Amino acid sequence: MTQISRDDVRHLAQLSSLQLSDQEADDLQKDIESILSYVQQLGELDTTGVEPTYQVTNLENVWRDDAVIDDQISRKQLLALSIECASNQVKVPKIL
Amino acid sequence: MNHIHTIVTNIKSGETSARQQVEAALEKAKANEAYHALLSLTEARALQRADDIDLRIKQGEEIGELAGVPFVVKDNFMAFGAPTTAASKMLEHFDAPLQATAIEKLEAAGAICIGKANLDAFAHGGSTENSAFGPTKNAIDMTKVAGGSSGGSAVVTALDIVPFALGTDTGGSIRQPASFNGVVGIKPTYGTVSRYGVVAMASSTDTIGCFAKNVADAELVVKVMSGRDVRDMTTLPDFFAPEAEARPAQKIGLIKEFMTDDVDPDVRERVDEYTEKLRSAGHVVEEVSLPMVKYTLAMYYIIVPAEISSNLARYDGIRYGHRTENAKTLAELYGRSRNEGFVTENKRRIMIGSYVLSSGFFDAYYQQAQKARTLLINEYNALFETYDALIGPTSPTPAFDFGENTSDPIKMYLADIMTVASSLAGLPSINVPAGVSATRLPIGVQLIGQRKSDASLLALARSMEEK
Repeated sequence: MTQISRDDVRHLAQLSSLQLSDQEADDLQKDIESILSYVQQLGELDTTGVEPTYQVTNLENVWRDDAVIDDQISRKQLLALSIECASNQVKVPKIL
Repeated sequence: MNHIHTIVTNIKSGETSARQQVEAALEKAKANEAYHALLSLTEARALQRADDIDLRIKQGEEIGELAGVPFVVKDNFMAFGAPTTAASKMLEHFDAPLQATAIEKLEAAGAICIGKANLDAFAHGGSTENSAFGPTKNAIDMTKVAGGSSGGSAVVTALDIVPFALGTDTGGSIRQPASFNGVVGIKPTYGTVSRYGVVAMASSTDTIGCFAKNVADAELVVKVMSGRDVRDMTTLPDFFAPEAEARPAQKIGLIKEFMTDDVDPDVRERVDEYTEKLRSAGHVVEEVSLPMVKYTLAMYYIIVPAEISSNLARYDGIRYGHRTENAKTLAELYGRSRNEGFVTENKRRIMIGSYVLSSGFFDAYYQQAQKARTLLINEYNALFETYDALIGPTSPTPAFDFGENTSDPIKMYLADIMTVASSLAGLPSINVPAGVSATRLPIGVQLIGQRKSDASLLALARSMEEK
């Protein structure tokens, strides 16, 4: 059984950039504990000398021509997707 | 509903028109709103495209293989004419600046997108109950779930609103809802169809496929969508060419781990009947074992959340997507925008991903899961030395009740137990309808092939439809 403390949940939420409510943090603490306990069964497997599989295509070094692909998308269109923009820039709250 | 090629022939001959087909589909979509299968209709654009195609046909122009055929896409495909929401508050008002390659290819062949289907938010789920806009109801029994995550696409196909619909399948999200609604669902070999312009979930298993009423239609759609795309470097060089006939006397392995007493007896019975049909058709079916199946859910729920946590890091409330109001600092803006924009299941998976990728846990979880994945693939490879295809149920049960699995995430994950294995190995898998349960709910059989055997697997499935 994997033990997940309230501090662990806070830490994971911070790593994940999620500002959780207290209720949600409580629920997720229980869920994450049960999911991690379930997946722990993989520890039973002897994987000595086994190579990990990160991808299944067996493709290697796929190259494309070093040419500009014109997607016909304008800067204006992309900026319009942000909630706030001005002078061709996306506005964000003060950082410092 | 007619085969796609009949619709196309009738449009080209003038017996019907693209406009009539699109209008009929839109009308039917509106008449079936109670199922909540669609999040939006792309009505204006669809009618305009239909008129354009009708005009070009009149002028004698050669239109493609899907001329005038209406279809629906899961709302995690970027498409023009309606927002691309991924059924989330995060992307509720996101107007895509481009279209997915899959849609561009279908449009180039003359098909017309009429609307966008409901899903579990960001495709995280197996019932469409995780949609931020409310669940989709099963096409056969409205008191049951549609399955998921591509629940809306399965339901619009089952209700004959359109002849085909697109979905994405990361761990069963096409096959399982296809099974729950009694339609054909194809998850092709990983890399068959470009994922450019589709909201990413878990990049090492995300695939694009479709739903249709029969295998031939699904084959045609996959053929049109497939092929190399410079915008998705994981796409395989063109390999998909439909085969006219199924090879005779194939050797097929029935996966015994999928036929245990835990599996619904009606499901096992329908699989046994399908197996008998295969034997009568001259194929050999033998029981085979895939012992690593026991570990596949554990692998899946490490690898997939890890990839989700990194793919969903892009939703920060800055460049696009939901942004919270009145945040004082940048950290608060990120944290609150993400908290408001994601549903609980998204957060669960992101946080599990953050955990298994953290230093100190990486080797024990993520690395171990990827090694276990190798062992699973080795078992599949050994079986495919002897067998042409594998068979089993698509889901351990028919469609379940609303709320039945929502309180316990592990219980919900167990519904994926028969589909995640082929996703982890990148194998083509198809759901074909195989009858109903005692309570008249659809049951599906899953056919699984070696990588790139899609065409022969589909030919086999097609040959069995006539039996």
